[in-house]
Amino acid sequence: MKVGLFIPCYINQLYPQVGKATLELLEKLNVQVAYPSGQTCCGQPMANSGYESDSVGACNNFVELFKGFDYIVTPSGSCAYHVKKHYNIIPQSEDVINVRNNVYELCDFILNVLKIKDFGASFPYKVGVHKSCHGLRGLRLGSCSEVVGERYSYIEELLQHTKGVEIMPLKRSDECCGFGGTFAVTEEAVSVKMGKDKIKDHLDSGVEVITATDTSCLMHLEGLVTRNNQPLKVLHIAEILNSNL
Amino acid sequence: MSHSQLASIFNKDEKKVDWHDKALWFVRHKRDLSVHNVKGWEELRNLGHGIKAHMLSNLDNYLIEFEANALKNGVQVHWAANAEEHNKIVHSIIKENKAKKVVKSKSMLTEECHLNPHLEADGIEVIDTDLGERIVQLAKEPPSHIVLPAIHKNKHEVDELFQEHLGTKPCDGDPQYLTGEARKHLRQKFIEADVAITGVNFAIADTGGFVVCTNEGNADMGAHLAPVHIACMGVEKIIPKQEHLGVFLRLLARSATGQPITTYSSHFKKPRKGEKMHIVIVDNGRSEQLSRPDFRASLHCIRCGACMNTCPIYRRSGGHSYDATIPGPIGSILSPGKDLTKHSTLPFASTLCGSCSDVCPVKIDIHAQLYKWRQIITKETPQPFVKKQSMKAMGKIFAKPSQFEKVGKVARWSLRNLPKSLINSKLNTWGQARDLPSGPKQSFDQWYEERQNNKKD
Repeated sequence: MKVGLFIPCYINQLYPQVGKATLELLEKLNVQVAYPSGQTCCGQPMANSGYESDSVGACNNFVELFKGFDYIVTPSGSCAYHVKKHYNIIPQSEDVINVRNNVYELCDFILNVLKIKDFGASFPYKVGVHKSCHGLRGLRLGSCSEVVGERYSYIEELLQHTKGVEIMPLKRSDECCGFGGTFAVTEEAVSVKMGKDKIKDHLDSGVEVITATDTSCLMHLEGLVTRNNQPLKVLHIAEILNSNL
Repeated sequence: MSHSQLASIFNKDEKKVDWHDKALWFVRHKRDLSVHNVKGWEELRNLGHGIKAHMLSNLDNYLIEFEANALKNGVQVHWAANAEEHNKIVHSIIKENKAKKVVKSKSMLTEECHLNPHLEADGIEVIDTDLGERIVQLAKEPPSHIVLPAIHKNKHEVDELFQEHLGTKPCDGDPQYLTGEARKHLRQKFIEADVAITGVNFAIADTGGFVVCTNEGNADMGAHLAPVHIACMGVEKIIPKQEHLGVFLRLLARSATGQPITTYSSHFKKPRKGEKMHIVIVDNGRSEQLSRPDFRASLHCIRCGACMNTCPIYRRSGGHSYDATIPGPIGSILSPGKDLTKHSTLPFASTLCGSCSDVCPVKIDIHAQLYKWRQIITKETPQPFVKKQSMKAMGKIFAKPSQFEKVGKVARWSLRNLPKSLINSKLNTWGQARDLPSGPKQSFDQWYEERQNNKKD
C-alpha cells in the first residue's frame, strides 16, 4: 500500500506541529508514508473565492505529485473535499480520477481503510469536537443534525477510544465556526460573531480543548481565543491521537 | 451596499444579533424535532425533489393542462411574462370590478413584482393580512424572512408601531393584547374588501385547483368574504397531480416551523356562484433560470424558509442585509439570475457550510450553486482590483513549489518579528478581532528535510 501524505499549505507554513503529528501517527500505525516534496496547496482558496481558473496550476501540481499513490492522506477534510469535489475543472485523465478517488481525510483513513480504532492514545482532558463543515457535510465524516438517519462521527469514534478523553456535549453540535476561507475577511463581522458564538458554546460546556479535523477552522477559533484570553486550548485531532499523556 | 457592509451594520448591536440568531435557531430546532420523528423523511425529500425535477422538465405541458382544467372550473387564467405585466393584469381586474379596497395574504411573488406600490399609486388600498406582513407594511419595510416576515422586530417595536398606526394602548409588548388588536383591525379590513389577493403554494395540473397554506387563516378570510379572488403564482408552483400534495404538504410545514401541517391548507377550485376567481401565472425570469443547467434546481423551492433558519450567516446578518425579495441562501442563488451586478455579493455571503442543502426539503444543492455563481460573478462583474490581483498572485505561487517556499519563509519571518501593532494594523482585516498564528521558525517542509537528512547520517 503506497500512501502519500499531503500537508496543506497553511499547516506546512504556520502549523508544522500538525503535520508532524500526522506523520508520526501514521508511522505509529505501521503505514509506510511518503511525503512527496514540492507540495503547495490544493487550490481551494482561489476556487472558493470564485477564481477557479487561477487554481489550475495548483491542481496540476497536486495531481503530478500524488498520481502514483494508492492512498493520499491529509489532515484536512476541507482540502480532501476540494480535491474530490472540484477537481472537475481540469481534464479528467486517469491520474486525475485516481487522485480524486484516493484522497482521504486522516480520521476517515484510519477508521475505514486501516480499520483501527484503538491504538493506545491517551489524552486526559475535556474535549469539545468542532465538526468542520466540509468534512461533515462534504465528505460525510459524520452524520449532521439536519439529515434523518443513523448517528455517527469518525472523529468522535476515534476520541472515544482515546484514554482519558471526555467528549463534552455542545448545544449546537455542528454549526459552522465562521472561517470559510476568504469569507473570514470579506465578511469579517459575521465571521467573528460566528467564531465567538462557537467558542462560547464550548466554554459553557466546560471544554478544555477544542479539536477538529481542520486546522483552518481552528486557526480562526484560536485567533479569537488568544485575542480574548480565553481558557481554551486548540489542537488538531492528529495532535490528540498522537498523544500519550 | 454589499451584503458584508449591511451585515456589519446589523452586527453593531450584538444583543439584537444574539436575539435574532436564537429566535431562528429555535425554529430550526423545532424543525429537527419534527422531522426526526417522521419515518422515511429522507425518502420524502427524494420524492419532493423528483416530482419538482419532473415538473420542470415538462413545465410547458403541465402549465397548459393546468390552464385547461382551471378554465373548465370557471376560473379566468392570465399569463404574465414579467412583473410589469403581472401588475397591469391585477390592476385591470381590480378596475374592472370598480374595486378600491384589496386584502392580500402572503405572497412573495407580489413582493417580487412590487405590486403594492403599483396599486397604491392609483389610490387603491392594499392591506397585507398576514400579521407579520402587516407589521412590516406599517413599518414601511420589506419582509426580512419569507415565512416570518417581521422576525427582525421584537415585541416592543411592534407595540410602538401599533400605538402609532392602530391607536393601541401602551402594553409593554404584550403579544396577546397586540395580536387581539391586530385581529380586530384586520377583521374590519376583511369585511370591507372588494378584492382578495392570495399567493399559491401548489397549483395542481390535473385538477386546475390550487392550495394556499397559512397559519392564520387570512387567505380564507380574504377569499371567502370578497367577491373577487385573484391568485398570483410563479410558473414553478405547478405540481402534476393532486396526490403529490401528500408529499409537499408534509415537507412544507415541518421544514418551515416544525408543525406537522400548516393550520390552514386551503384548497381552491372554482368561484362561488356569481363571483369571480382569477389566476395570474407569472414567469418574471423563471424560464431564464430554467435555461441555466447549473441553477435550474433553484426553481424546486417551495418557500419554506428552512435554509434561512439554518443559515449561520442569515441568522447573524438579518434578512435585510441581502437587499433582495428572497433573502438567505435560496435568495442568494435566485437573485443573481435576475440582476448579477446588483446581487454580486450574495453568493459570497456564505461559508459554503452546506447546511442549507441538507435542510432543504426538496434537496436543492444550494451551496454548490453558490460556489458556481461565484465563478460566474468574478468573470462577469467588476471585482475589486486587490482581490483579483491577489488571487492571480496566489494562483501563481501555488503553481510553483519554489515560489511557495520563498513566500512562506517571508510570511513566517514577518509573523515572528514584526511588532503586533504593525501586524494588526487597519490593513489587516483578520487582525481586527483575531490574532494571527505566531510564525514558526521551521516549516513542515524544512522539518521533514532535516529529519530525512538525519536519518541518512
